[in-house]
Order: sequence, then C-alpha cells, then structure tokens
Amino acid sequence: MANLVLKQFATPLLNPFNLELAPGECVTLSGPSGSGKSRLLRAIADLDPHDGEAWCGDTAQHSITAPAWRRRVGLLPAESAWWSDRVSDHFPKLDGEILERLDLPAETGDWQVNRLSSGERQRLALLRLLSNQPDVLLLDEPTANLDKANIDRAESIIAQWRKAHQTAVLWVTHDPEQQHRVGTSSLVIKHRQLVKSWS
Amino acid sequence: MELIRLTPIDLALAALLVLALALLSLKLSLGIGQRLLIAALRTVVQLSLLGLVLKFLFVQSHPMLIAALALFMLVVAGYEVMARQQRRFIGAWGMGVGTLSMFISSFTVTLIALTVIVQAEPWYSVQYTIPLLGMLLGNTMSGIAIALDNLTQSAWQQQREIEGRLILGHTWEEAIRVIRRNALRSGLIPIINAMAAAGVVSLPGMMTGQILAGSPPFEAAKYQILIMLLIAAGTGFGASAAVWIGSRRLFDERERLRLDRLSPAKPE
Repeated sequence: MANLVLKQFATPLLNPFNLELAPGECVTLSGPSGSGKSRLLRAIADLDPHDGEAWCGDTAQHSITAPAWRRRVGLLPAESAWWSDRVSDHFPKLDGEILERLDLPAETGDWQVNRLSSGERQRLALLRLLSNQPDVLLLDEPTANLDKANIDRAESIIAQWRKAHQTAVLWVTHDPEQQHRVGTSSLVIKHRQLVKSWS
Repeated sequence: MELIRLTPIDLALAALLVLALALLSLKLSLGIGQRLLIAALRTVVQLSLLGLVLKFLFVQSHPMLIAALALFMLVVAGYEVMARQQRRFIGAWGMGVGTLSMFISSFTVTLIALTVIVQAEPWYSVQYTIPLLGMLLGNTMSGIAIALDNLTQSAWQQQREIEGRLILGHTWEEAIRVIRRNALRSGLIPIINAMAAAGVVSLPGMMTGQILAGSPPFEAAKYQILIMLLIAAGTGFGASAAVWIGSRRLFDERERLRLDRLSPAKPE
C-alpha cells in the first residue's frame, strides 16, 4: 500500500496543482468533456508528457522505468485494448478460480476476445490490471458503457480490492450518484483548475 | 555481336505510344494523363542526363566525382522514401530514417560487392560502381519505403492496442513487436517475389540490358544472380535498420507512444 502524491503537476489542459491520495482513499474526478480528465490520468500514468512530479509512496516517477511505474500506478481506460485473439494471451496466467469469482466461466481464457460482451470485457480488463498488484488505480469512466448489473459488479470488484489492499483510487465519472456511491471525496476540473467538490 | 544503336526516331516512336496512352486517358477521363506525361518526360531527361554524366565520368574517373554522384543518388533516394510515406516523421527524421538506412545497407553491400566480389581495377571503377549502387538503391528504396510506411500506419491505427500494453507495464519493444515484424515482412515481400519469379515469369531488367548489349547470356545470368542476392541482402538489412530506427523514434525516453512525431496523413 502506498499513497499518490502530485507536486506542481501540470498537463497542457491543467494549471499546476498539488494533490495527495491516501492509501485506501477513493477520489472521484469530474468536469466537462474536453476539460482534460483523461489527459490527466494519462499523464499520471506517464503515458503523456507533463510537468511536475509524481510519487507513489517513496518512489518518484522519474526514479524508476516507465513500465515499472505503470505497473504500480495502473490506468484502466474507458475502452480496453485487446491485441490478441484469445483472452488468455493477455494474461501472464489466468486460473479458473479467479474467473469464477468474477462470475466468469473457468474456460473464459480459451474464448475469442470478440465473443466477449462489454461487461465481460471490462471485468477481464480489470482483472488484467489488478494482476499487476498496483498501489494506485486510475479509472477512466470504467463503467461508462455498462448496464446496471454490470456497473454494480464492477463497482463491487473495485471496492473489495481497494479495501483489501488499501489501494488509492482516482475515478473519473460523470454520474453524481456514482460519485457518492464509490467516492470518499470528489474533485472537479473548472477553468483549467482542479478544485474540491466535496469531501 | 554488335550493339544496334538507337536513333532519336526510334525513341520518338516509343514516345508516340505513351502519347497515345495519354490521349486514351483524356478520352476516358482517367485524370492520369498529365502525371503520365510528366513522368515520361522525367524519364527521358533524367536518363539522358545520367548517360551524359556517366559518359563524362568514364573519361574523367576521379574517385571524388564518383563519390559525389553516389551521394547525390542517395539523397534523392532518401527524399523518394520520405515522399512515399503517408505519415512521415516530423523534422530531419522524415528524410533521415530512410536515408540513413539506405546508406547503411546499399553502400555497405555495394562496397562489399565491389571490393570482395567483382574486384574491378580500380575497385571504384565507374563502370561497376554506379550501376551496382543504382540497382541497389532503387530496390532497397522500395523495400524501405514500404516497411516504414507499414510501421507508421500500423502504429497510428493501433494506438489503443499499443498503449493498452504500455499501461500494463509492457516495454515499448514488447508493445511494438508484432507491428515491427509485420512491417519488416511487408518490406521484404517484393524482393522475395521477384527472386521467386526471376527467369520464369520475368526477365530481369539488368540481364535483359546485358543481353541486348551483346553479353553472353550465361554471363548476364550470373550478374543478375549477383544483383538479386545483393538486393535481397540490402533490402533486408536496410528495412531492418529503418524499422528499428523508426520504431525507436515512435517512443520517447519514458516509453510513451509519440504519434505527435508523425505528420498528419497525406490527403488521398
């Protein structure tokens, strides 16, 4: 478990700001579309160039390789990417027991990716990300394309993981109800500034 | 056997055929007539000039002059590789990747061919240097252009897949591996096909030329085999270099995919 600290962090769409996420904390982030929420998450994952410093616990972003940083600070995009045909090709190892805990058949690994429903896809994307054991989770509208039942499932997987591993979570969502359901506090982007909405 | 010399009238007759094709294009409004005529005109002017330059170099065979011509050919080939890219690298890299790769492969392979295999006296004899280099540059140019274009286009189209791997902690090399392999393969397919069809389906240009000029057919075949093998090696090593340099350039020091280093696609 570790916290996430951003110091004088800035992206092309956001003025410099400081932010700290404590271990186990879940902060939601909202703002008009195009205000730079995704860009911010990508910058924290070191996927886009940015200014300022990011720390995961005692580890500065620039002090470790980018792949090592991205394993510790895991980003889940709104739409997951699958580069191979078979589900199991995307996992270092995939055992049936874990799959069943996610309401997926044990043989899901042998399935073709294009056979998956959007709900299954997103649950598997979550599982794939969590198998890196990240200290921090950056979620970019993880339930945007899901129906009610699948939203509940995804939320509960994330909540269980966060509590069990004291993971810090930054969660982009437009839905005010979801913000209150999953978040411990809330941030909003207004006029290039990151401001506190409630806590 | 004596070489039958072509007269300007002979060439004019051939030109009439192209002119007729241009008229057909106009009639069918294919919209390609103008480009066809310009390209044909370029062929006439460029090859005539080359003929004159080589004629001069045969007399005045100073190594520096040969080197200057070789360099000129390299730069033009580098420009040509860049011009064939849908999305080229911004800045000096646009021309640099292709030119450097061709320099590494074509020049090295030509140098080996001249000094170790042909062993003309002197080794830089213009009769061998310029035709060999020309054949190699012309063919590696296509392979490198195809491979590089395939690399940048695939990276652009598969941004989500590449970044999907990066965010899971894969290295840039893991993230681009498949794209890189396919790009290299696409650059090598034309020469592989050419080698497979040589002599059965197609009579390669250089061998044809030597036979027309009166060389014994078997000698011409041996030269053609040499050239084909050299082209295959040159294309392979050149395309490998281009794909390696290009794929490295697609990522920065923090292993981020930097598609902003590519120019927007050329309008079709």
